[in-house]
Amino acid sequence: MSNVPTELKYAASHEWIRDEGDGIYTVGITEHAQELLGDMVFVDLPEVGDNVSAGDDVAVAESVKAASDIYAPIAGEIVAVNEELEDSPELVNSDPYGDGWLFKIKADDETEVEGLLDAEGYAASIEED
Amino acid sequence: MAQRTPLYQHHLDAGAKMVDFHGWDMPLNYGSQIEEHHAVRQNVGMFDVSHMTIVDVTGPEAKAYLRRLLANDVAKLQMPGKALYTAMLNEAGGVIDDLIVYFFNDESYRLVVNSATRDKDLAWMEAQSGEFDVAITERTEFAMLAVQGPQAPATVAKLLTAEQQAQVAAMKPFVGLQMDDLFIATTGYTGEAGYEIIIPADVVGSVWNRLVELGVKPCGLGARDTLRLEAGMNLYGQDMDETVSPLAANMAWSVAFEPADRDFIGRSALEAQKVAGTEKLVGLVMQEKGVLRAGLKVIVDGGEGVITSGTFSPTLGYSIALARVPQPVGDTAEVEMRKKMVTVKVVKPSFVRNGKAVVTL
Repeated sequence: MSNVPTELKYAASHEWIRDEGDGIYTVGITEHAQELLGDMVFVDLPEVGDNVSAGDDVAVAESVKAASDIYAPIAGEIVAVNEELEDSPELVNSDPYGDGWLFKIKADDETEVEGLLDAEGYAASIEED
Repeated sequence: MAQRTPLYQHHLDAGAKMVDFHGWDMPLNYGSQIEEHHAVRQNVGMFDVSHMTIVDVTGPEAKAYLRRLLANDVAKLQMPGKALYTAMLNEAGGVIDDLIVYFFNDESYRLVVNSATRDKDLAWMEAQSGEFDVAITERTEFAMLAVQGPQAPATVAKLLTAEQQAQVAAMKPFVGLQMDDLFIATTGYTGEAGYEIIIPADVVGSVWNRLVELGVKPCGLGARDTLRLEAGMNLYGQDMDETVSPLAANMAWSVAFEPADRDFIGRSALEAQKVAGTEKLVGLVMQEKGVLRAGLKVIVDGGEGVITSGTFSPTLGYSIALARVPQPVGDTAEVEMRKKMVTVKVVKPSFVRNGKAVVTL
């Protein structure tokens, strides 16, 4: 059974989102998602300054198995990307909720976060897979 | 329910992610397929290949039968234990399977064929045996381990008696040797030194455990695929099948047209193809970000072809692929990736051997 931290919110498309305060949210992919994808070999990240809508494909996680689109869970501006992943994409596998984060987003509307899944809801959604 | 090898529980105990592989429950990886890949290139790893099918062909006409059945010529095999890589073709020259045949004597051979093609291979072999005085016997009582990597010889030696060690050390590449209940062969599917070992199913577990204690890393199907692809070795069902000529699958070297009077199955079809020309299997290299994947369209000077196998090469750090394309083929090709055309280099279909890059960019 995958680790699904209770303090995070989730999208059904396997992204997690963490509230960093001041309307900034960190986004990554879940442990379950990295398990499905297998060893990561490239991660294509958005540009800092990009304005994105919820559901936009903003990044690509390319693993030994497949290339998988990563979607913005909420609308906002990309304010940081994890440059470590350029040389160490395996961080997404080894520490998906920590050093393997993908990008930070400044929310246009923080109430959008409330519409995402909580840990229990996400865990239930992957049970059904 | 899927079939299980005698090592099924060992895989679970080692934390394997199991997948269905043509009706077999097999390990995909034991955590990280890239770490497993590097273990084989730099040290030593092992694969459970017990799902593969071992078939012994024996009898007064075993040699004549195999000279008819196989595209390569078993008459080349003179030294007991010597092995040959070959295609088994249909009348149209399509590849029913690729396999290794070991020679013991003119009345005794061992074939190791793919598991995914087991049923049709056995049916075809039976059907072709017709008038030949041969017995075709599947050996399901055996398990099979591939121990591969630069440290494989030194590690496997620790399982052997001094006398056996001397015998194994003297083995040339591509031969097999029966020693007590072990059949040990200097073959593999990785491009590294190592062995494929056929062992009675009831003792394979203890051999596996001993190898783990000696530091041999269990490796799954994921690493097996990236290793064989780096080595430029074909995978049946992906790089060739019954609709593909061996001449279009980089297997022409394994087809023995000489002597001219040997009438192997598929011969006349291949002779016609040689005159007409065939597609060609080439290597592709892409140093930009991204991964070439099977099924992608490839454009070369001669027209449109297809990627048959593609992956990220852990040893090289970029993507490599095999592609079947029409001739002529220039130095570069165009691949359609995520809706845009990318230029990639065309190379010989061999990328890594003995831990070193052999691809020239």
